Amino acid sequence: MSDANELLTLVPKAEAKQSMKDFKSDQEVRWCPGCGDYAVLAAVQGFMPELGLAKENIVFVSGIGCSSRFPYYMNTYGMHSIHGRAPAIATGLATSRRDLSVWVVTGDGDALSIGGNHLIHALRRNVNLKILLFNNRIYGLTKGQYSPTSELGKITKSTPMGSLDAPFNPVSLAIGAEASFVARTVDSDRKHLTEVLRQAADHPGTALVEIYQNCNIFNDGAFEVLKDKEKAEEAVIRLEHGQPIRFGVEGKKGVVRDPATGDLEVVAVTPENESRILVHDAHATSPTTAFALSRLADPDTLHHTPIGVLRSVERPVYDTLMADQLDAAVERQGKGDLAAMLAGGDTWTVVG
Amino acid sequence: MTSQVSSPAEQADGADDASESDRAVGDQRAPASGQEGAGEKEVRRLDRVIIRFAGDSGDGMQLTGDRFTSETASFGNDLSTLPNFPAEIRAPAGTLPGVSSFQLHFADHDILTPGDAPNVLVAMNPAALKANIGDVPRGAEIIVNTDEFTKRPMAKVGYLTSPLEDGSLDGYQVHPVPLTTLTIEALKEFGLSRKEAERSKNMFALGLLSWMYHRPTEGTEKFLRAKFAKKPQIAEANVAAFRAGWNFGETTEDFAVSYEVAPAGAAFPAGTYRNISGNLALSYGLIAAGHQADLPLYLGSYPITPASDILHELSRHKNFGVRTFQAEDEIAAIGAALGAAFGGSLAVTTTSGPGVALKSETIGLAVSLELPLLVVAIQRGGPSTGLPTKTEQADLLQAMYGRNGEAPVPVVAPRTPADCFDAALEAARIALTYRTPVFLLSDGYLANGSEPWRIPETDELPDLRVRFATGPNHELADGTEVFWPYKRDPRTLARPWAVPGTPGLEHRIGGIEKQDGTGNISYDPANHDFMVRTRQAKIDGIQVPDLTVDDPDGARTLVLGWGSTYGPITAAVRRLRKAGTPIAQAHLRHINPFPRNLGEVLGRYDKVVVPEMNLGQLATLLRAKYLVDAHSYNQVNGMPFKAEQLATALKEAIDV
Repeated sequence: MSDANELLTLVPKAEAKQSMKDFKSDQEVRWCPGCGDYAVLAAVQGFMPELGLAKENIVFVSGIGCSSRFPYYMNTYGMHSIHGRAPAIATGLATSRRDLSVWVVTGDGDALSIGGNHLIHALRRNVNLKILLFNNRIYGLTKGQYSPTSELGKITKSTPMGSLDAPFNPVSLAIGAEASFVARTVDSDRKHLTEVLRQAADHPGTALVEIYQNCNIFNDGAFEVLKDKEKAEEAVIRLEHGQPIRFGVEGKKGVVRDPATGDLEVVAVTPENESRILVHDAHATSPTTAFALSRLADPDTLHHTPIGVLRSVERPVYDTLMADQLDAAVERQGKGDLAAMLAGGDTWTVVG
Repeated sequence: MTSQVSSPAEQADGADDASESDRAVGDQRAPASGQEGAGEKEVRRLDRVIIRFAGDSGDGMQLTGDRFTSETASFGNDLSTLPNFPAEIRAPAGTLPGVSSFQLHFADHDILTPGDAPNVLVAMNPAALKANIGDVPRGAEIIVNTDEFTKRPMAKVGYLTSPLEDGSLDGYQVHPVPLTTLTIEALKEFGLSRKEAERSKNMFALGLLSWMYHRPTEGTEKFLRAKFAKKPQIAEANVAAFRAGWNFGETTEDFAVSYEVAPAGAAFPAGTYRNISGNLALSYGLIAAGHQADLPLYLGSYPITPASDILHELSRHKNFGVRTFQAEDEIAAIGAALGAAFGGSLAVTTTSGPGVALKSETIGLAVSLELPLLVVAIQRGGPSTGLPTKTEQADLLQAMYGRNGEAPVPVVAPRTPADCFDAALEAARIALTYRTPVFLLSDGYLANGSEPWRIPETDELPDLRVRFATGPNHELADGTEVFWPYKRDPRTLARPWAVPGTPGLEHRIGGIEKQDGTGNISYDPANHDFMVRTRQAKIDGIQVPDLTVDDPDGARTLVLGWGSTYGPITAAVRRLRKAGTPIAQAHLRHINPFPRNLGEVLGRYDKVVVPEMNLGQLATLLRAKYLVDAHSYNQVNGMPFKAEQLATALKEAIDV
């Protein structure tokens, strides 16, 4: 049995069959009409019954931003916390309560700007958290400033002459931060989104899922190239574990490794090079190829954007290690005895 | 010692006129090595002694002080300590900034402070002498390591001529001892390098002082063997140096007199005692609170002086189910603690002033979420990085007000090192009962200082058990039973603590203003006004004990303190009363909310004097709340008040 299944068994199962309705709270959803967040919410609510966990043992924790209103709409336990801190708060919850399934909902500003530190440390520790990073490449709630994923030169209210910041690639960042599970998906592709959630939920440790999400008010169409049927064929690289990495019309393009540099490149597939097309291995121990894949995407045009699970490897989970240490301490020192502890060290007695 | 001010064992604490009996008594203690013959030397009985060990940061002065303290504690004296060291781990050797010292006051009676002026200074090098001589009154004994008084080390600290020879130490009883040479000589059988052997010179000094004051030695020998269990040769070398120091005192002509300070039997109520530092007592208090609440203890912390000891200590007790999480920063540390509180742990974060500043936003979230959370702040000198290893009380207003919005947080302050144990339990009681973050405001002096502590029986500890919500708590108009996360207990105004995993109570909480009762997001103006006032009313309504006043003479002036100034203030009050000046004393443990009777107490006196290690923060609060003309007496030099100086200041305030 894999560690994944072992960890999930710590969370009680639902007694009765669940439906999407069970996960809808009584609160009115207050995102702008047309916001990509609706699609993600529906996908998550639709996926939860499949997980089959007792909903009282599911917790959504968020930071600040449009997407961080998410917990209010889930009929589970939830906390809408403060800007950037959701991974830290969720770490305390997950490490103290292994019987919970803890999800973090965050955005590009929340996770990568003000909360960047907490994100990378959650990833390196491999706390058992599922992090959904809604990336719309803009600040929505503060009405349209550029974000840490906005393209260089972006014209916004705070950058009328164009932004000077080079953007983060969240997937590259996560892989660099020792993430054990990194995936990317798109709000409008319900099927793909659900499949990625499925794999994330099953992953022991921190799973980072970047979800490209359209902000139709301040950055409309940011991901159009990945959604438009014709354009997407050339722009999107769909990754599937164990499959050759091919895309484009009739799979005429593929990814090969440049033997001179070791880097990856996109080529037109020919009978000569077909055998060199890279087969995607999400479980490769080394993060090198996953990182190289993440770098194929052009930050300006989004051409050659890989989606799917880039990396999924098992390594020790922080919560498990912490619990093991408590057990080991009891084994070694015996269960804590308060009176004995207080009276430890050099003592003396005064007779009254 | 933490006994009450009104205890019959009152004596002048650290008074210059403390009686010294010259009655010689026979030697009652022989060293573990079984040496005989000390009885031929004169033994004088003293009622109290203040010793200061001073040396380079690398000389092991803190360890030496700790060991002498342990010997003294196990002998049964009352004691109080003041470690004082630079923030640099190893400042340049032999320089003034690199001097580390440890002061210990011990007595045959109840004492309250580490003492103003040392009776004995042990100076391991010229820098230690120069840095400390100003505090040492003429007539005191000075033991110097003459091996270090050579040209270069002396020149380094500006001694052009040797203070041992130029008459500048006239009036002191100077004992020149070549500590380094004697230690190396004593260890020559061990085959150690000169450098290795030299490192034991602090144990030689400890041995000498242990002889001078008839300290029991078994504990130190046991300690050394345990500490160096993996290096038995080093352990035995240290034991040998320790014994050599003892024997040196016993045999050399220079040390003609040794001293006895009898156990402080009368000062201690019956019970079993140990010596304890503030941070250790606080750590034990937290573990005890978890135990008494029957909740797992969760600490989220980021290392910071002078709070890190608590992280270290709690990390050693995982067998109590204690989870310690060393976070990536101060913000994550409190974030993780708050997450654990949501999950039903007794959650704690530990820090100091700069860390409190970083945690402010999360403390505000905890106020809004109304979850129990202990914020332990060990104050140090500020602002900014300030004086990391020195003490101060300048974070009181930060604790009170350092957040956005109306965000009231209870504040509890321990008064002595041992009292940190009880204060931790009290802070936990408030947090758990009222579902609120609570500041436990200690400081560097309490954290590192130590005193004897009567070990409580576990059945003396308060019952802190809480009830989690288990079912619906509200009935809608249509008869539907629902759970309202912000429906309050009418008595405490606390909201229910419904932890994840409880079926049917799924709810969402957050930092956005909530509707009273349902907890749903609400921007309604009247609701916000109501919620702000309700959160304030909850804190204002916390039940805390009335302030007790010690006023045997019907004085017209009250001295009111909080936190670690308790020792020096009480010592100063004893001096004044002994000199015939009536003065009333009271000390605050609860600063938010204040005790109910505080206003009435303040109104009883013509004059209220508030000594603080800040520029008058409590006085500001008192003036604002009670319109009382509180007089501040302030010192912000990184050190605790001295009793003598405080007594003078109080006398002046009374006489004005």
